[in-house]
Amino acid sequence: MSIKRLSPEESLALNKFAVDEGHPHIRVDKAICAICTDRACLVVCPARLYRLKDGQVSFEYAGCLECGTCRVMCSEGGVTSWNYPRASFGVTYRTS
Amino acid sequence: MADDKFDAIVVGAGPAGCACAYVLAREGKNVLLVERGDSAGSKNVSGGRLYTYALEMIEPGMYQRAPLQRKIVREQIMLLGERSATTIDYFDPGLGEKVPQSYSVVRAKLDEWFAGEAEAKGATLACGVVVDGLIEEGDRIAGIRAGDEEMRSDVVVAADGINSLLAQKAGLFSDVEGHNVGTGIKETIELPDSVISARFGVKDDEGAARVAIGCTDGISGGAFLYTNQGSISLGIVFNPVQAAKQGRHIQEILQDFKMHPAILALIEGGTTIEYGAHMVPEVGYRGIPERLYREGMVVTGDAARFGINTGLIIRGMDLAMVSGLAAAQAILHAESTEDAGPLYMEKLEELMLLGEERAYQNFHKIFEIPRVFREVPKLANEAMQFLFTVDGKVPTPMVHGLMGVVRKNVSLSQILADGWKAYRSL
Repeated sequence: MSIKRLSPEESLALNKFAVDEGHPHIRVDKAICAICTDRACLVVCPARLYRLKDGQVSFEYAGCLECGTCRVMCSEGGVTSWNYPRASFGVTYRTS
Repeated sequence: MADDKFDAIVVGAGPAGCACAYVLAREGKNVLLVERGDSAGSKNVSGGRLYTYALEMIEPGMYQRAPLQRKIVREQIMLLGERSATTIDYFDPGLGEKVPQSYSVVRAKLDEWFAGEAEAKGATLACGVVVDGLIEEGDRIAGIRAGDEEMRSDVVVAADGINSLLAQKAGLFSDVEGHNVGTGIKETIELPDSVISARFGVKDDEGAARVAIGCTDGISGGAFLYTNQGSISLGIVFNPVQAAKQGRHIQEILQDFKMHPAILALIEGGTTIEYGAHMVPEVGYRGIPERLYREGMVVTGDAARFGINTGLIIRGMDLAMVSGLAAAQAILHAESTEDAGPLYMEKLEELMLLGEERAYQNFHKIFEIPRVFREVPKLANEAMQFLFTVDGKVPTPMVHGLMGVVRKNVSLSQILADGWKAYRSL
């Protein structure tokens, strides 16, 4: 291996995650996101888990780095709840 | 436990929580240290560098036991142009000779060690426990809830990090605002120690710390690089409000920085092994909430938004440890649960944490000068290019040439305005 540009997916693939299937720790209301014009989440989520699909904001909680930036930067309240993943789920950092 | 009530429950086994639990347990208190990660440090990301005076305050000689990475003896400031870079390099072996000095750290190792130290002094460490809520009795916080379990204590120490969910649940203050934080992202890049030492011109137990500007697409923020044992931490901290306005994804900007010829030369042949993200308190004293306690609860570390960033010196973990120590001292000396909060504020003053924060209280305004992050580094590199170019032609007179570089990038009125703002901020 050598140093190369990594896509967000490639970056996340390096990490250890335990996904809590069926239990999203962050909830996003797409109806609110539909009227949002800022959509900061698309740019500032380090894991790039907020994406635009057919003009709609879509969100995937697997791969979350648990930083909180989306919650802080959400201007319209589309992030309706933000919690830490349940015990033993989410990211496990080994070298950070 | 003879009694199912603790003297203190500390939530979060980071630097603040571990420092607090360690001191309380050492002084004979019955302490529960709760951590949501499967092990302490497994949810944490930092640049990171630790100024060891803080461990020394907790206990003289303690830093010698800590799993620190490399002693920083080389401080570097880098101004990046598109392909060029101008680096100021301050090498001083004296930087590491005695306390206070600083070391690069890896949180998975540092926090796990520190939590273990607290445990060895008698604290009960409970990893893999996510605190869902607080127990309130009248006006008092009386403990925590995690799932179906309730745990009670005289005091809850919120050391749960920048997201400060506990302080918000306690109604102490509202969520941190975007313009008061930085969003840090970083890659850990594995490289052999011998390669790191050779590239940075240090011995195997010594290291370099580097800050860089001119690599954020003009967004207020900067990059950092720390040499560890067998790895390099490379990342950027962005002002998220400005990042949101310009539209390019921050992870992509980090990739540009990583592939910059001047950076790539340092990490070439390495392998990225982890990608992390974390918010950091960014505006120092002015970002600290007014109320850091209520009866039965004190707020420490990142949760209290203690941080100092001068652009050159970036501090958080040391302040977290000092605040954890202040909380422990307050709890030890409080005569009632009502006393602990006000006493905590007194201890923060006594241990000089708040004085330090106040000394730097206007510093963050420098980061509001937009030209610092694009025009200034560009100008520096163009000036260097002018100074070092030899092409066999009659050169432009030096002063004229340099003034030309300056004028191309900034106007005289901007220089005066920025200079004045910088002067007023220091």
